[in-house]
Amino acid sequence: MIDKYRDDLLAVLDVIPSGASIAVGGFGSSGRPDALLDGLCALDRRDLHLIVNNVGNDYTGIGRLVAERRVRRFTGSFPVLPEFYDEYFAGQVELELVPQGALAERMRAGGAGIAAFFTPSSAGTMLADGTFPLRYGPDGVAEYLPAKESREFEGRPHVLELGIVADFALVKAQQGDRKGNLRYHLSARNFNPPAAMCGRTTFAEVEQLVDVDVLGPDDVHTPGVFVDHLVMTAASVPADPAVAFGGSR
Amino acid sequence: MTIAASANPLAGRALVGRTRDEIAARVAADLVDGYTVNLGVGIPLLVPHHLPTDVEVFLQSENGILGMGPHPGEGNEDPDLTDAGKQPASLIPGGSIVDSATSFAIIRGGHLDVTILGALQVSEDGDLANWYVPGRHPAVGGAMDLVAGTPEVWVCMEHVDRAGNPKIVPACTFPLTGAGVVTRVYTDLASFRFDDGVLVLTECAPGITLDDVRAVTTARFEVAAFE
Repeated sequence: MIDKYRDDLLAVLDVIPSGASIAVGGFGSSGRPDALLDGLCALDRRDLHLIVNNVGNDYTGIGRLVAERRVRRFTGSFPVLPEFYDEYFAGQVELELVPQGALAERMRAGGAGIAAFFTPSSAGTMLADGTFPLRYGPDGVAEYLPAKESREFEGRPHVLELGIVADFALVKAQQGDRKGNLRYHLSARNFNPPAAMCGRTTFAEVEQLVDVDVLGPDDVHTPGVFVDHLVMTAASVPADPAVAFGGSR
Repeated sequence: MTIAASANPLAGRALVGRTRDEIAARVAADLVDGYTVNLGVGIPLLVPHHLPTDVEVFLQSENGILGMGPHPGEGNEDPDLTDAGKQPASLIPGGSIVDSATSFAIIRGGHLDVTILGALQVSEDGDLANWYVPGRHPAVGGAMDLVAGTPEVWVCMEHVDRAGNPKIVPACTFPLTGAGVVTRVYTDLASFRFDDGVLVLTECAPGITLDDVRAVTTARFEVAAFE
């Protein structure tokens, strides 16, 4: 029987070691797998390479991992937390700044077995020409983001972007079933499907665990083949309203 | 806005052109019924308030929304429905949701009609700088994909910066978002378009003269026969 549901989030997350590369879904706090991210803090994981669009402007989710200095390298497009930049300029975290669309496609490509692709995004900019500081040291810039290979297609410059395959992926969905099928809600979908594809091992947290016949085959956004472990984002809510609301109604 | 005479010695008088809302209204007047449009932060977000009632425009948001509507109103916010600035959003009838990879396939693949965004600088070659002021915090978001993929890139911004420095310049001094990507520029003082790579002034704002525009524009430009 295929049953990817795990009762004990920390016990299953324990396979992620410090130093791992981890792709994470979410756009800001929308669709971000905070229960799994908090689990990494509870397990005291450090030295992480996070591949995720944002570092938000508070101490939740990715921001908490950054504030607790658990991040070695950030691959993403839009960090805003001031503490992130303090760590960046102090040489404590590397910033691999990637255009948002290139990030999404790098995840999708990695998950799809495509090693690299050419895109016009960032051609002719400092994110492609080897002048963007990846890492600072005591004497200023210690290392630059490598220049991207470039090539012209139909007269326009393009740059080579590498597909991303992460050691692990963490995603969040509104609904999931024990076969790992996921359905997202509105714009909380965002980076979750490509992130789920690019993890060698993918963890999904869901708001609702549903029976396997609830999600119709046309309604599954991420099929269970991309998901290894399913956990609840919070304490599971019983289906019976009388139980869910403490018998008060 | 008003440019202080001290910051703008060439003009010799204060220039009062379009307000931010009036710039947005000017841009909105050029949108065509049926367009699919991406809006950046700042003045572009004001554009939907000024659309003529007979013009229906489909708004795309980079986080995966096609057919985005306005803020849903107090009490109707859904944390699972936000715009690119992480603020509560809504959907209009016929709207749809895609993941980020598909959202940027729409953007990069040239499926939007127009992207409207702000700028730090625009060069006479159509280069755009709008993502990073060196020494400050670098963050790029989707700007480089938007300008690389959208056939029409319209910039709306103040004509000069807060210190009175021209923003339409011979060459950008800030890091580029994209090279040769801008197709139109709308400011408080004037409107421009790029014709075969040449910057052309198409309109001065009410009360603004060609000499006023020349005084605060260091880029070379031609003048369309609008007067």
